[in-house]
Amino acid sequence: MTASATPPSVSPLLSMRSISKAFGGIPALAAASLEVAPGEVHALVGQNGAGKSTMIKILTGYVSRDEGDIQFDGGPFEARSPQDAQHKGISTIYQEINLVPFRSVTENICLGRESRRFGLLDWKAMHEQARTLLARFKIDLDVRKPLLRFNTATQQMVAIARAIGFEAKLVIMDEPTSSLDEREVAVLFDVIRQLKSEGVSVIFVSHKLDELYEVCDRVTIMRDGRTVRTADMASISKLELVASMLGRDIAQVAKSATAFGDRRGQIGDVVLAADHLSAGHKVHDISFSVRRGEIVGFAGLLGAGRTETARLVFGADPMRSGAISLDGKSLVPREPIDAIRAGIGFSPEDRKYEGIVPEMAVAENLTLALMPQLSKAGIVDEAKQRAIVEKFIKRLDIKCSGPDQKIRELSGGNQQKVLLARWLAMNPKLLILDEPTRGIDVGAKAEIQSLIKELADQGLAVLMISSELEEVLEGSDRVFVLREGRNVAEFPHAEASESAVMTAMAHGDSDLIPEGSSS
Amino acid sequence: MSQAQIHPATPAVRRIDALSAIARYSTLAALILLILFNVFFTKNFVSWRVLDVNLTQVAAIVIVGVGMTLVIATGGIDLSVGSLMAISGAIAPIIFLNKVFYVGEVHVAVALAMIGGILLAGAFGWFNGWLITRFRIQPIIATLVLFIAGRGIAQVMTNGSLQPFKLDTFQWIGLGRLFAPPSAAPGDFHGVPDQVVIMLVLVAAAAWVLKRSLFGRQILAIGGNERAARLAGVPVAQVKRWVYCISGLCAGVAGLVVIAINSSSDANQVDLGMELDAIAAVAVGGTLLSGGRATITGTLIGALIIQLVRYTLLANGVPDDVAKLVKAALILAAVWLQGQGRA
Repeated sequence: MTASATPPSVSPLLSMRSISKAFGGIPALAAASLEVAPGEVHALVGQNGAGKSTMIKILTGYVSRDEGDIQFDGGPFEARSPQDAQHKGISTIYQEINLVPFRSVTENICLGRESRRFGLLDWKAMHEQARTLLARFKIDLDVRKPLLRFNTATQQMVAIARAIGFEAKLVIMDEPTSSLDEREVAVLFDVIRQLKSEGVSVIFVSHKLDELYEVCDRVTIMRDGRTVRTADMASISKLELVASMLGRDIAQVAKSATAFGDRRGQIGDVVLAADHLSAGHKVHDISFSVRRGEIVGFAGLLGAGRTETARLVFGADPMRSGAISLDGKSLVPREPIDAIRAGIGFSPEDRKYEGIVPEMAVAENLTLALMPQLSKAGIVDEAKQRAIVEKFIKRLDIKCSGPDQKIRELSGGNQQKVLLARWLAMNPKLLILDEPTRGIDVGAKAEIQSLIKELADQGLAVLMISSELEEVLEGSDRVFVLREGRNVAEFPHAEASESAVMTAMAHGDSDLIPEGSSS
Repeated sequence: MSQAQIHPATPAVRRIDALSAIARYSTLAALILLILFNVFFTKNFVSWRVLDVNLTQVAAIVIVGVGMTLVIATGGIDLSVGSLMAISGAIAPIIFLNKVFYVGEVHVAVALAMIGGILLAGAFGWFNGWLITRFRIQPIIATLVLFIAGRGIAQVMTNGSLQPFKLDTFQWIGLGRLFAPPSAAPGDFHGVPDQVVIMLVLVAAAAWVLKRSLFGRQILAIGGNERAARLAGVPVAQVKRWVYCISGLCAGVAGLVVIAINSSSDANQVDLGMELDAIAAVAVGGTLLSGGRATITGTLIGALIIQLVRYTLLANGVPDDVAKLVKAALILAAVWLQGQGRA
């Protein structure tokens, strides 16, 4: 009972079969299939890059498919554009709000399907229509006011109302709850149940697995461009779900995926304390700390000063003012070697430019930082070196022909693993990872992400920088937001919602900084 | 124990290995071809005298080439070696001819002269490294300073005059022989020239350092990716200063060898173009000119090829100017081969 759940008794509303799509020769979808019954809430889950969004984009006419067949509402279905899909009964609510903030709620809801009387807009009818629609979702507001007067969550609800207002038979919700608070999520779920009772189907894409159990009937799991499993929500455990998403054994997942929230107990004393760091034009008075067993994420736009701050801690760039302490001892890193001796490792953002020594072998690259410790009287102990290298090749599952293979012949993911091993081999107190998964394929990416978590579980303090917001939000116990070289906000894992962090990243809000963190 | 672990290489890897093997052994093959050519076409080639002449002449280039290989392995270059040879060659006679201070015992004077010459050249080499690391000056520019000024310094030290001497206690380094039979007819084995012994010892030592020591790996890491090396804790500035210092020391030794052969020190003329010969030897030997991959034995072979080509052409009546053209062609071929090995 793994391949598919009980097929719905009625004929499906939507049936996508053997959909394939490649972008520039790289397959994004490989014979993926999805079936949604009328009045069903169907979850679509998978890791980043598993193919969920490609699947949805094909359905809504954003991109065309290479192969496969789509049946919708009893006939073949082909959407030329999202608008076309909407007219044919498939509406989509995206993560970002696609509305016009300066126009009224009514205009936003009725955009593209305005009521006309004698060639003029019938405002009265339109306001009434908007009000009715919103009332259906228990929302009561002045529909004549411009949208930007309302908070993000309300705007989201308006977007949902607008999408559903088109007499949709199928509503696609892509991470609809990412910007909603709990109360609003509850309202949204009521809306979904309301839709369901009216016979409207919903495809629900979310990373928050708990939500799926609350509102979905069935789930289709995607991995590496394939739909690997469809199951009744009630018949699949969360662990099974995660295991399918990752393509791993349940036992393996049970060990590592005890969910992120539970990590608080493993976090210990402060390992790194950085106070009022300033340097150049990029870093102004930044303070933060990393604790034992904790993963701290730096979020921010390009040029926000994340990398620059990390490099200060590692002694890679000169510091103008500020103090750094490691395990309570003051540290003045003038050169990377000082930081390394103190127990800090740093994996730079540009692997080729600053990470690997391409002409050297895997072994030499892996032990580059450890070399002084592997040497006696200036002579490298090659047996010891080889033993360490072979241990890490095995432990991190580095795919290479052997320790003597040149590192430039390895894939990006495996190069990154070698660089991680370079630091793990010296058993550091703090590991700084700048874009640890940039330019790495999905499989290796997940491996590296779970490795980082595993290391933190073992007590390593980790400072992680990533331009992928999701990576920071999902992989950090605490998120610091940097903007224009300043530390503008700090969020614990539970409060680090995409919208809150994004707001802080983009236009900042000094009120968000909790008392005490900046002094 | 480590040999028990055999890792299967992928075909792609094997192809790259094969190409770099061709690049590596092609220099050796070229040397063997050259020798075979001479055996058949050059009169009296197979003789102790010819071997003696060639090895004696190549020794100084190889000694300088050892230091140059290390410098180039870090991604740098040292244009000052010829000038540093002149400086070493100028200061040594000043000391052992008792021009600065009087040393009664000749052995002590010679020892001081040799150590003084080598250390002074080493100090100037250190200065090169200091310029490069402290002010982040391109090596080609930084070493150009002493390339130009070095001979001036040497001439100031000697007042611009030629220093002739005849002192066996010193000249063993250029004229002495090891394992020399008590009496030998012309054309017989006369023993191994001392500078050839020095050359071989330095080659062996440097090759070992490059392959087995921490310092050697740091050199190659810096040449391979200096930023990565620094971020991995390699003391880049320190390693570079030592490398340029070693290059200076090697030049110092070679400077002594050359004046010993000449029985005189001429700061103005001696060792002109030495830096280019050494660089050519390194390039032909298969060391990557951009750094990160180096072979000391390659430099030895490269120097031998260049020497033998010149000898071959001269022995067969081709003028020296043409020999230079052939040398240039050789360097081109070597660089081209390197490109093949990397592709």
